[in-house]
Amino acid sequence: MSTKKSLVVIGNGMVGQHFLASLVASQCKDSYHITTFCEEPRAAYDRVHLSSFFSGKTAADLALADEDFFANNDITLHLGDKAANIDRNNKTVTSAKGLTIAYDTLVLATGSYPFVPPVPGHDRPNCLVYRTIEDLEAMASAAKTSKVGVVVGGGLLGLEAAKALTDLGLETHVVEFAPRLMAVQLDEGGGAMLRRKVEALGLQVHTGKNTTLITDGEQCVNKMCFADGEELETDIVLFSAGIRPRDDIARSCGLDVGPRGGIVIDNQCKTSDPAIYAIGECALWNGMIYGLVAPGYSMARTVVADLAGEEGSFTGADMSTKLKLMGVDVASIGDAHAKSQGALVYTYQNGASEVYKRLVVSQDKKQLLGAVLVGEVSGYGTLLQYCLNGIELPENPDSLILPPRGDESVGLGPDALPMSAQICSCYDVSKGAICQAIEAGAITLGALKAQTKAATGCGGCGALLKSVMDCELTKHGIAVSTDLCEHFPYTRQDLYNLVVVEQIKTFNDLLETHGKGSGCDICKPAIGSILASYWNEYVLAKEHLGLQDTNDTFLANMQKDGTYSVVPRITGGEISPDMLIALGQVGKKYQLYTKITGGQRVDLFGARVDQLPHIWKELIDAGFESGHAYGKSLRTVKSCVGSSWCRYGVDDSVGLAIELENRYKGLRSPHKLKFAVSGCTRECAEAQSKDVGVIATENGWNLYVCGNGGMKPRHADLFATGLDKETLIKYIDRFLIFYVRTAARLQRTSVWMENMEGGLDYLKSVVIDDKLGLCGQLEQQMTYVIDTYQCEWKTTIEDENKLKRFRHFINSDQPDDNVVFVEERGQIRPADEEERKHFKIMEVA
Amino acid sequence: MMPWKDVCSSDDLQPDSGVCALVAGQQVAVFYRVKEQAVYAIHNYDPIGKANVLSRGMIGDVKGEPVVASPLYKQHFSLKTGVCIEDEQISVPVYPVRLHNGRVEIQVALSNNGEMKTSIHEEASV
Ligand SMILES: Cc1cc2nc3c(=O)[nH]c(=O)nc-3n(C[C@H](O)[C@H](O)[C@H](O)COP(=O)(O)OP(=O)(O)OC[C@H]3O[C@@H](n4cnc5c(N)ncnc54)[C@H](O)[C@@H]3O)c2cc1C
Ligand code: SF4
Ligand code: FES
Repeated sequence: MSTKKSLVVIGNGMVGQHFLASLVASQCKDSYHITTFCEEPRAAYDRVHLSSFFSGKTAADLALADEDFFANNDITLHLGDKAANIDRNNKTVTSAKGLTIAYDTLVLATGSYPFVPPVPGHDRPNCLVYRTIEDLEAMASAAKTSKVGVVVGGGLLGLEAAKALTDLGLETHVVEFAPRLMAVQLDEGGGAMLRRKVEALGLQVHTGKNTTLITDGEQCVNKMCFADGEELETDIVLFSAGIRPRDDIARSCGLDVGPRGGIVIDNQCKTSDPAIYAIGECALWNGMIYGLVAPGYSMARTVVADLAGEEGSFTGADMSTKLKLMGVDVASIGDAHAKSQGALVYTYQNGASEVYKRLVVSQDKKQLLGAVLVGEVSGYGTLLQYCLNGIELPENPDSLILPPRGDESVGLGPDALPMSAQICSCYDVSKGAICQAIEAGAITLGALKAQTKAATGCGGCGALLKSVMDCELTKHGIAVSTDLCEHFPYTRQDLYNLVVVEQIKTFNDLLETHGKGSGCDICKPAIGSILASYWNEYVLAKEHLGLQDTNDTFLANMQKDGTYSVVPRITGGEISPDMLIALGQVGKKYQLYTKITGGQRVDLFGARVDQLPHIWKELIDAGFESGHAYGKSLRTVKSCVGSSWCRYGVDDSVGLAIELENRYKGLRSPHKLKFAVSGCTRECAEAQSKDVGVIATENGWNLYVCGNGGMKPRHADLFATGLDKETLIKYIDRFLIFYVRTAARLQRTSVWMENMEGGLDYLKSVVIDDKLGLCGQLEQQMTYVIDTYQCEWKTTIEDENKLKRFRHFINSDQPDDNVVFVEERGQIRPADEEERKHFKIMEVA
Repeated sequence: MMPWKDVCSSDDLQPDSGVCALVAGQQVAVFYRVKEQAVYAIHNYDPIGKANVLSRGMIGDVKGEPVVASPLYKQHFSLKTGVCIEDEQISVPVYPVRLHNGRVEIQVALSNNGEMKTSIHEEASV
């Protein structure tokens, strides 16, 4: 039955995988049987973020495709099997393990390998490279017995590797043959500024050094000898001296390769054999090897278009880059070295703030040809767009790199960009595509990212994406009103700040000074929550009562028939038999429907408003307290049984869960908060689906944030690893108060983080590195909230006056006659309309 | 003219919030807006959520119109006319109400919307 053709892909790296994903998303997906050879022991992973392996990401976190991708799309994946030979006459591929597969179409995506200069001694112990997960594992294990590390090569990758060595706790050196760092991207001035900055961070830089020999060291494992006679002792030598295309398999079957390597391809990415394509870092187009992922992706899409019979060609790619190296922002655009004919150069250097910027413009000063930015790269997006789209420069091009004078704006408004302008190069998203997505209703940063994938690769285009979005929304008159509601022309965050700065304690004071009208069911609970988070006063106090949502006003959750459910706190889900019996007795006495919740506690349903204080009195006497199930506040900290009982448990998850729940109970927040703690990485408590998740590991607690279940489930992000309890709690304190301060009304942590410019990294910089200098305040605020905690139910039943409200009628003791229950599975439930009619007839009769 | 029925003391009202009173067999939601010194009375039955809960809703204004938001599904009902802001086809009965000598007084007629159950309560509440 097979009318399908056979398509074989050699190499399942980043580009090979992007090709597969694009192919199965295209219309010709059913025309091929797809087979792919993957030399590495695991399917494609995100090499670009390889270094995050050291900050706790696992191989699984880095995987590019989900587990079922291959099975679901009928792709045969040969893991750990290398394609060894291509027989072009018979059109077959033979693998190292001896498989032979026939192909109609063959795609080479073999990538590149790190170049190791043939210095004598380059293969000595601890001489390593930086390209695969195995390389990193080797590095981590070598680092355990090492003190000093040297990176050979001061380019992009070399500096990234140096950062990794520093993070592993080694004294780190960078040895560069060229006279400056990042010689390919930066000019002399930029290189010098970068050097000063990384040296200030403790890295030792040696430029103009030619390594001639690696031999036995005296204090260290190795000794490097340089042409100028100097020596350097080191335990680890990490080569990062450039990449070379993996073209041997192409070479041996006679495909054209370039004089310095690389499989020659045309604009359709076809090699010299029309049945064979080559894409990614193994391909040589127009004499160029592209060592970045975006051009490779673009080649992959070109091949898919060609297979589908559509127009499409690869015509080169922009090599501009922006990145953070050892905490230093660096960007390079286009012709950074001013090699173009007649190019003019503007340079701005600020030694005090360590900023270096350089513009390369055409002779007539109309076009931007290139740029270098070190230390301050906020202009990158604008400059890149000038360069890529040939937009005419302003009269004084230097205004683009000089600090703004007065209030003149130097940025290029997103309006000036043509629809074809590429905003995200990783996923090739144009301004046009973004505008379309906005028209179709994606009007938040999170939605736009999900819809277009823009800013989900390297993330470099995030700021630009946001400004395009803002500009489009304003234009559409979707007037991005961030006003809370018609009564307050402020965002929730603004109002929070007003409360703090002006020390406002009541809704009416805030309304009088900053609002109009008398408020509504949007601003009242929002401000009620702000006041409660900040001042933590009793929510049913006279001046706050009217602000509380129904559930808060009666400290219980209203159900469909107007009755309430009662949820006492059961910290960490741990409860003694006696307490369980007490709970059961209350449920039985008041004939409540009882159910176990997902948060590991017990929910008692069907309590009439007049019964609530009686029920709570009994619960409190039995030792329970409010579970705050009614509030936008911490709900539960779910836990697995952990090391006390579980055979696999690494740490006491129940103990920690109880401690966290007691610490944060009662904290009012923009939305409800759920936590969980697992005792080991088997993750029985499902911590990764919570706002705050904690997992015990051999090295300490791992902290996850911003996950949620519900309508749009989201996996939490790994925030920090190997923490001791004190640091863990400090981070959670800061995280929570920062969320409480800055989130929008009813915004869960996930959406809050996704809409934050800079996302997870920014959040980390605030919470871990204290980038905003706020951490002291955040912790102090949390301490205040904890110190002023009260069980609201206890306060309420002790106050005669408050209890007056817990009656159905203010002037009668009758209960609500519309509340009718029927029995189901041995418990009560609200009667439906039909049943209720029947009931009334019986009553009258 | 219908007589004013005494319901409760004005101290029983909740500032910027509501209570429910039983008047002539009807469940009446009574709201008190402090700034305006105004009281409003509408039927307590939420015709959309189908439960006696409006007195437990949050009050405020929508474009100047005083409203209560249903605690069940959050529709707004005008405190002056009883009309639902989200769907003008739907409304709840409204009753004349006043503060008189420190007491809250309401006029309740027998309406078609409210279910008149027994007249015993009427006597009892006077
Ligand atoms: C640490 C690091 C940081 C980086 N940072 C960035 C960055 O910030 N931005 C950026 O744009 N780029 C970055 N890059 C470069 C980027 O990772 C590469 O451009 C990209 O991975 C190229 O994809 P590829 O598929 O061509 O090659 P690869 O991802 O290397 O995939 C090739 C795969 O083919 C396999 N293979 C080779 N030969 C065979 C065979 N005969 N049979 C079977 N399998 C075979 C290889 O084992 C490999 O798995 C970085 C690279 C590294 C190492
Ligand atoms: S997460 Fe680990 S410790 Fe907790 S129950 Fe599961 S296996 Fe045991
Ligand atoms: S440019 Fe890399 S994510 Fe958009």
